Amino acid sequence: MIAEIGLAALWLAAALAVLQMVSGGFALRSAEGAPNPMAIYARPAAVVQAVLAVLAFLLLLYAFAITDLSIKLVATNSHSIKPMIYKLTGTWGNHEGSMLLWVGVLALSGGLLAAFEKRLPERTMGATLAVQGFVALGFYAFLLLSSNPFERLPVPAVEGVGLNPLLQDIGLAIHPPTLYAGYVGLSVAFSLAMGALLTKEVNPNFARVMRPWVLGAWVLLTFGITAGSYWAYYELGWGGWWFWDPVENASLMPWLAATALMHSVSVLAARDALRTWTIMLGVLAFSMSMLGTFLVRSGVLTSVHAFAVDPERGAFILGLLGLYIGGAFTIFALRAGAVAEGKRFSATSREGALVFNNVMLSAILAIVLLGTLYPLLTEAFDVRVSVGPPYFNPAAAIFAVPMFLVMAVGPLLRWKEDKPARIQFEMLLVAAVLIGAIALVSFFGNFPLLPLLGLGLAAALAVAAILPLKGRKLTRVPVATWGMVLAHFGVAVSLFGMACEGAFTQERLAAVAPGGTEQVGDFAVTLQSVTPVAGPNWTAIEARLAVSQNGGEPVILAPQARNFWSPPQATSESALLTRWNGQLYAVIGNQAEDGRWQIRVWWKPFVTFIWYGGLLIALGGVLAIAGRVKVDVKRRKATAMGDARRADLDALGAAAPVPAE
Amino acid sequence: MIRVMLALLAALMALPVAAQDSMPPAPYAYNQLEDPAKEAEAAALMATLRCLKCQSQSIADSDAPMAGDMRHQVRSRILAGESPAEIRSWLIARYGDYVSYEPTVSASTWPLFAAPVLVILIGAGVLLRRLGKRRSDAGDAA
Repeated sequence: MIAEIGLAALWLAAALAVLQMVSGGFALRSAEGAPNPMAIYARPAAVVQAVLAVLAFLLLLYAFAITDLSIKLVATNSHSIKPMIYKLTGTWGNHEGSMLLWVGVLALSGGLLAAFEKRLPERTMGATLAVQGFVALGFYAFLLLSSNPFERLPVPAVEGVGLNPLLQDIGLAIHPPTLYAGYVGLSVAFSLAMGALLTKEVNPNFARVMRPWVLGAWVLLTFGITAGSYWAYYELGWGGWWFWDPVENASLMPWLAATALMHSVSVLAARDALRTWTIMLGVLAFSMSMLGTFLVRSGVLTSVHAFAVDPERGAFILGLLGLYIGGAFTIFALRAGAVAEGKRFSATSREGALVFNNVMLSAILAIVLLGTLYPLLTEAFDVRVSVGPPYFNPAAAIFAVPMFLVMAVGPLLRWKEDKPARIQFEMLLVAAVLIGAIALVSFFGNFPLLPLLGLGLAAALAVAAILPLKGRKLTRVPVATWGMVLAHFGVAVSLFGMACEGAFTQERLAAVAPGGTEQVGDFAVTLQSVTPVAGPNWTAIEARLAVSQNGGEPVILAPQARNFWSPPQATSESALLTRWNGQLYAVIGNQAEDGRWQIRVWWKPFVTFIWYGGLLIALGGVLAIAGRVKVDVKRRKATAMGDARRADLDALGAAAPVPAE
Repeated sequence: MIRVMLALLAALMALPVAAQDSMPPAPYAYNQLEDPAKEAEAAALMATLRCLKCQSQSIADSDAPMAGDMRHQVRSRILAGESPAEIRSWLIARYGDYVSYEPTVSASTWPLFAAPVLVILIGAGVLLRRLGKRRSDAGDAA
């Protein structure tokens, strides 16, 4: 019954999406102040739809929890003896389940918007909900027509196939749900942008409604990408944290667009400038989310030809992409002219710096987009090329370096118009730190250009990030400003980690007999023993490595080489020794003919700073949201008190001539 | 009968492959070169070569047997005194452009290199339009 209830809930939700779309559309036909009688259904439809879609997802979760092998999806992706946590996370470790999660989050965001957002004019709200319903409808159709997660098997399977062992990790519990929530949170920004464009209500009020959604989605994306990078780093067994892999790029592109959008929407809220630019980025950000979903979900990345042979799902998402992105940009092109551009500003102003950096972020986005899609394009014509780090790193740096420089001074500039001479001390300080750091590092060794630049920029940005606090009373600095300072400082921290990993990593690969010792950096690594161990659904050999730093007390590391039997696959479980200034990364490989064991050990100085930085950036976003909410609550309270006092006065004034009862 | 023969034939044909996989990895697949400078050269090169049996991995990050063999090739050629560029072109001649993550300008890849130039021009254009002229706040919406 569970599967049937889930399927019914999805169909009902799809029907409600139609209602939401039509009813929201009617709101557009009403004059302001005279609500259309047909328009009152949009909000409840969105809320109930959210409940139904979330219910469908919870039912699938339950089916995975009890390993209901009569459901095809469970039988092909789960196994009865898998640990419970991986049974649950396995729900979205496959195509259909992850699309259901996607749609569930989409419906939930729409429901939350409909239930709690009361600041927007009803017409804009109606248009927004109509767009949200339209987007949801497409993805319900995709799920129901080509990726039904609740499909039954004619005969229940005896045992499930199991989940890819690489996914049997706590990372699967964190990375996809946060990333998806971020992807799909941008759908609300998209719908709001379209709604405001349709009703031409692009103004600071609208920006204030949009801002928490953009910030929230951006925080989740930042956190999701950070978690995913760390997961790949420790799980794949070679210590890589970013490879410009198409799947990674698919998550980076919405993040780049969302970063630009977040800054732009803040300018719109504070200064009523950059109206069309904000709308365009709102459309672009969710378009990149959908493109990412297409790349990851259509199978086009494994091989363009495999995609061409079985194009049903891919073609479906591609069709949706064309419809939504094409439609959105068509409406944008038709309507953008009708939206006044907003307030003007000079080049040397905070808005000017933000515009510059938004253009740089968009440029990086364009490079990543091209580098990701180009090999797919040529493969369609039977020319196979690879585009990897040697292309992406320098091409992105062309735009990232000026962006970081402007980011250092931008927050110091005043809104609207400023004279560079006013902040010449700060600019000189940042430049001195930049040049000093680069000179210092080059003095100690010969390092590649990009890590060297990275180190210099990291030092300069770290100093520049806290400069906006100079001369201010720290207790009176708004929470949102703290958020900005923290996030910008996080960028410096992350950049420092990346540059250190690139410049200073030490590697030792060797065949070692038990008792043998290898040296990497300050660490002596001794292989004490290799023993077989068994887990719930795997067997493994485990090495005991005694690691001693500069001859100090040894610490035991126990990397494993695991063999899963369902599905049969081997994985390397790395062992990490974390110090404040870096990580020692150890992996055990195969046994050589002569009985020695292959071990791989890396000392990666400050590599952890990459993810600390990511967390700081996300935390900065959380503070920004908290700060805005605090100001909002205060303002609302003040308005409410003012209203109450006015009502009291009115009551008194009105009561005076007429005696009470 | 024919089916059995075919199955046998298939099994026989599969044998050398199976044998290859169980063979011990070539000496330099998992071992570094003695000379740190040469090893650094080899490592930098390996990080930019694609493992042809994997999805989006360089041969420096892969446990696939073929990646191991390619690492052995790279290290032993570096040891023999070949330059990274020579080794790269040897591998490209053998496996095609696909093996190198470092695209070079050619008839099939020029858009990759034209794009950054184009993006710079467009970016400069957008910036000049938005920020170039100082205009009054009165706002002549364009």
